[in-house]
Amino acid sequence: MSTTAALPDAPARFSLETHPDRYRHWQLSIEGDVATLRMNVDPEGGQRGDDYELKLNSYDIGVDVELADAVQRLRFEHPEVRCVVLTGALDRVFCAGANIVMLRTSTHAFKVNFCKYTNETRLGIEDASASSGLRFLAALNGTASGGGYELALACDRILLVDDRNSAVSFPEVPLLGVLPGTGGLTRITDKRRIRRDRCDAFSTLAEGVKGKRAVEWNLVDALAPLSRWDEEVGRLARELADEAPARGDRGVELPALEVAEEGDTLRYAHVELTVKRDERVAELTITAPEGAPATAEDAFAQGASWWALRAFRELDDALLRLRLFEPEVGLVLVRARGSAESVETTDALLAESDHWFVREVRHLVKRTLKRLEVTSKSFYAVVDEGTSFVGTFLELALACDRTYVLADDAVPVELGLTGVHDGVYPMANGLTRLRTRFLGTPEAADAVLARSGRLTATEVDELGLATVAADEIDWEDELRLAIEERASFSPDGLTGMEANLRFPGPETMETKIFGRLSAWQNWIFQRPNAVGERGALQCYGTPQSPEFDVRRT
Amino acid sequence: MTQIDYSQKIPNNVDLSSDKRLQRALEKWQPNYIDWWKSVGPTDFNENEVYLRTAVSVDRDGWAHFGYVKMPEYRWGIFLTPREGEKKIGFGDHMGEDAWEQVPGEYRNWLRRLIVTQGDTEPASVEQQRLLGHTAPSLYDMRNLFQVNVEEGRHLWAMVYLLHSYFGRDGREEADELLERRSGNPDHPRILTTFNEPCEDWLSFFCFTMFTDRDGKYQLLSLAESGFDPLARTCQFMLTEEAHHMFVGQTGVARTIQRTCELLNEHDGKDVREYGAIPLELIQRYVNFWSSSSYDLFGAEVSSNSANFFRAGLKGRAYEEKQGDHRALDQVFDMEMWDDGKLTKEEVPLRNAMNEVLREQYLEDCLKGVEYWNRVCERAGIDFRFTLPHRRFHRQIGMYSQGFFDPAGNPIDEATYEARKADWLPSAEDRAYVQSLMKPERRPGHFASWIAPPAKGINGQPVELEYVKLARN
Ligand SMILES: [Fe+2]
Ligand SMILES: [Fe+2]
Repeated sequence: MSTTAALPDAPARFSLETHPDRYRHWQLSIEGDVATLRMNVDPEGGQRGDDYELKLNSYDIGVDVELADAVQRLRFEHPEVRCVVLTGALDRVFCAGANIVMLRTSTHAFKVNFCKYTNETRLGIEDASASSGLRFLAALNGTASGGGYELALACDRILLVDDRNSAVSFPEVPLLGVLPGTGGLTRITDKRRIRRDRCDAFSTLAEGVKGKRAVEWNLVDALAPLSRWDEEVGRLARELADEAPARGDRGVELPALEVAEEGDTLRYAHVELTVKRDERVAELTITAPEGAPATAEDAFAQGASWWALRAFRELDDALLRLRLFEPEVGLVLVRARGSAESVETTDALLAESDHWFVREVRHLVKRTLKRLEVTSKSFYAVVDEGTSFVGTFLELALACDRTYVLADDAVPVELGLTGVHDGVYPMANGLTRLRTRFLGTPEAADAVLARSGRLTATEVDELGLATVAADEIDWEDELRLAIEERASFSPDGLTGMEANLRFPGPETMETKIFGRLSAWQNWIFQRPNAVGERGALQCYGTPQSPEFDVRRT
Repeated sequence: MTQIDYSQKIPNNVDLSSDKRLQRALEKWQPNYIDWWKSVGPTDFNENEVYLRTAVSVDRDGWAHFGYVKMPEYRWGIFLTPREGEKKIGFGDHMGEDAWEQVPGEYRNWLRRLIVTQGDTEPASVEQQRLLGHTAPSLYDMRNLFQVNVEEGRHLWAMVYLLHSYFGRDGREEADELLERRSGNPDHPRILTTFNEPCEDWLSFFCFTMFTDRDGKYQLLSLAESGFDPLARTCQFMLTEEAHHMFVGQTGVARTIQRTCELLNEHDGKDVREYGAIPLELIQRYVNFWSSSSYDLFGAEVSSNSANFFRAGLKGRAYEEKQGDHRALDQVFDMEMWDDGKLTKEEVPLRNAMNEVLREQYLEDCLKGVEYWNRVCERAGIDFRFTLPHRRFHRQIGMYSQGFFDPAGNPIDEATYEARKADWLPSAEDRAYVQSLMKPERRPGHFASWIAPPAKGINGQPVELEYVKLARN
């Protein structure tokens, strides 16, 4: 059945995969252990077509897909690289941030997804630094405004050209009436620890801060004049590379994912996604193969076809497609299948191995689980006949909003624990999923961790890992009602509720970034003062001046 | 610290002697300015007496006070055209409201940027021209160069006055940085590209004062409309001086043309290079280069900045009172867009097209200068006619910079452009040839081989006057 035609403005699809050979907006070059990513946005290369022009290195999602790809490839394909220099190819301008016309003409849902994705890319840069020791130098060869400066803030070090002209700036509030949407405000206070009154002044000064004051305020780390620019960039890159550990010398190439589209089903090697449009439900299934390498060397030899890497790359892609192209899907039913032994064997490696490649895969699994947790859809893990939620797959269940377990001796399901539950995949809040789940009853988490190996459905229920455990007779109704009920709620109510409930416990920069994105930025993006007929975002670049409703909310 | 006797040293009509804040700011800035002048101004002529015009008041006879002075002792003053009666804002969203005597907070940053960008061009041109004194074709021309230089210096003062008086600490910092950027310096260049181009010979200087100073005129005309009244009045006064700069450019090129025409007539159209003059075609190439480079100074054809500045009442059109609807809100501009290798007409909101509007006004004004040159040819009976290149030709900024165009504005392909470039723009040989003519002529009343004398001297003085006293060197 095809109801596609009935969908109101279904977003145009585009590929979330790319390759350096096909980049339109970035130039990647590698010399020894230093890579340079040079931003050179093709003004005519907008992802949506030609209704906006990407001037002055402003970006849209297509530009960010390439950046995310580059960072990912540097981690997997170039373990010899220890420092990445992010710089610009234009004169006097590093990057002007997200393209305003693109934002203005996008649906609200797309804007949110765009911001989410770009945030994940920047957090990915920070994760590469923290987890892989890949250091990033932002070499700002010209003015970095808005998202351009936010990109710099994601790097370990910021060098700004001192030409008496180039500045870093957040023009969002003064010019557009919105907020820096990719963690900028959080990073100036929490990462660079700049005094809040200076942050306030900086964030309202459209033209930004340059030169010595930028250093004094810690907005950037250092300045260099144009005549010594290359030399200074080289020296700093060297310094950063030297403080980073070497990971490996031979990389693992990431080929394009193979995915077949059949009607409303996407079929990858290990992942399958089926959209049931009339129910607004998607079924997402991940499957472990029979047999898996038991040593890091064997896994490395398999490279990108090692199932763990492939399956989670596929899952990541499927999640992004769900977000971007299936706005009406409200609920995702997640199932894991396949060989529990393979997962156990793989988990032993993922939990223990020091091999750089295995560690990279572990971090990729971690990031994919996080991607799920900031996706505005409800997720139910469905542990029913033929499923196998062991180890990493059990973590996937724990990442969901609810877990439905079929508990019936006549229809056994596979469940079990491995070594990945105690810190291998920390959440955005810095805790494991078990610790987060049992925030008020740490002994319950201890009880789970005290166990090992396979568990029955009943044991899983007793350990507090099931939301609902039902026997065969009740099962179908239980699940059907839960699905139908979810579909009846306000999608906005659910999005807000889930975002609130998914990250209990401590705040981190990451949770603050996503929390504030969903709360404040999205709120402002809906308000007449930004997007109303005379809102600042709407008026920017037009002959009209903005008019504000001056009442504070 | 040296005490400055303000009324003596800095002629002004802004009541400097009782403005403590401004005094304090200028006390710090003034020595740096003199250092700047002595290090990157016309350095080697600081000890010479030059017959200069100094503005000592805004009265009819005060603004043009002539006499011999050493340039570092020039009395750089601060003048605002006096205002009679109440001033209202004449365009944009605030039209009809009282003009601002103080900077409105919401437009503070835009205004500062406008002032800094304008202010940056003033010292830049002095830097660009700093060595030309050595190769002046006459003492008369040398004096004109120095007159332009000291007045650009005064224009810098005028902008610094605004920064110091109205923009607090940021303004003082910007004022300092106006002395720190340097034309052509790779580390801290001047803000606009044209002001980083070297101006190495006198034909370039004349073209610069003809075309680039004329951009200055149009920027000043549009700022003279500003709702921020001190800026408007400052710019109005600057315009009186700017007129002389364009006179230097327009007549300088004309005298060069005249000399060539004379030689063509004397020697039956032989190559004038044999007689140390500049072929008309070569002059045309210089015209093409400097005019197109000056077109860029108006900025992108479609611009949100220009819309912002207009609607805020900060920067209008030239002669705004002669324009139609001063709000310009619902009107459109028929823009020829360059898109995917084609020219198409598109309606652009007028406010966003203000750069193009100003460029159009400028082009018309340039055309008058070109006609003046053609009358020189005509009078001499020479067939050659000068043309102004199309606004699309040889652009580095704006949408036309994405394509290739001939001087008539027709789109062409890159290969054709490259093949014809030497016909349209000065080649290295052209420049080398012009450079080879740059031999100083320092005898009063004498002129270099490539340029005719002017019709009359400065301020009713004879052409033979010793306009710059070099003897005591
Ligand atoms: Fe000037
Ligand atoms: Fe001038």
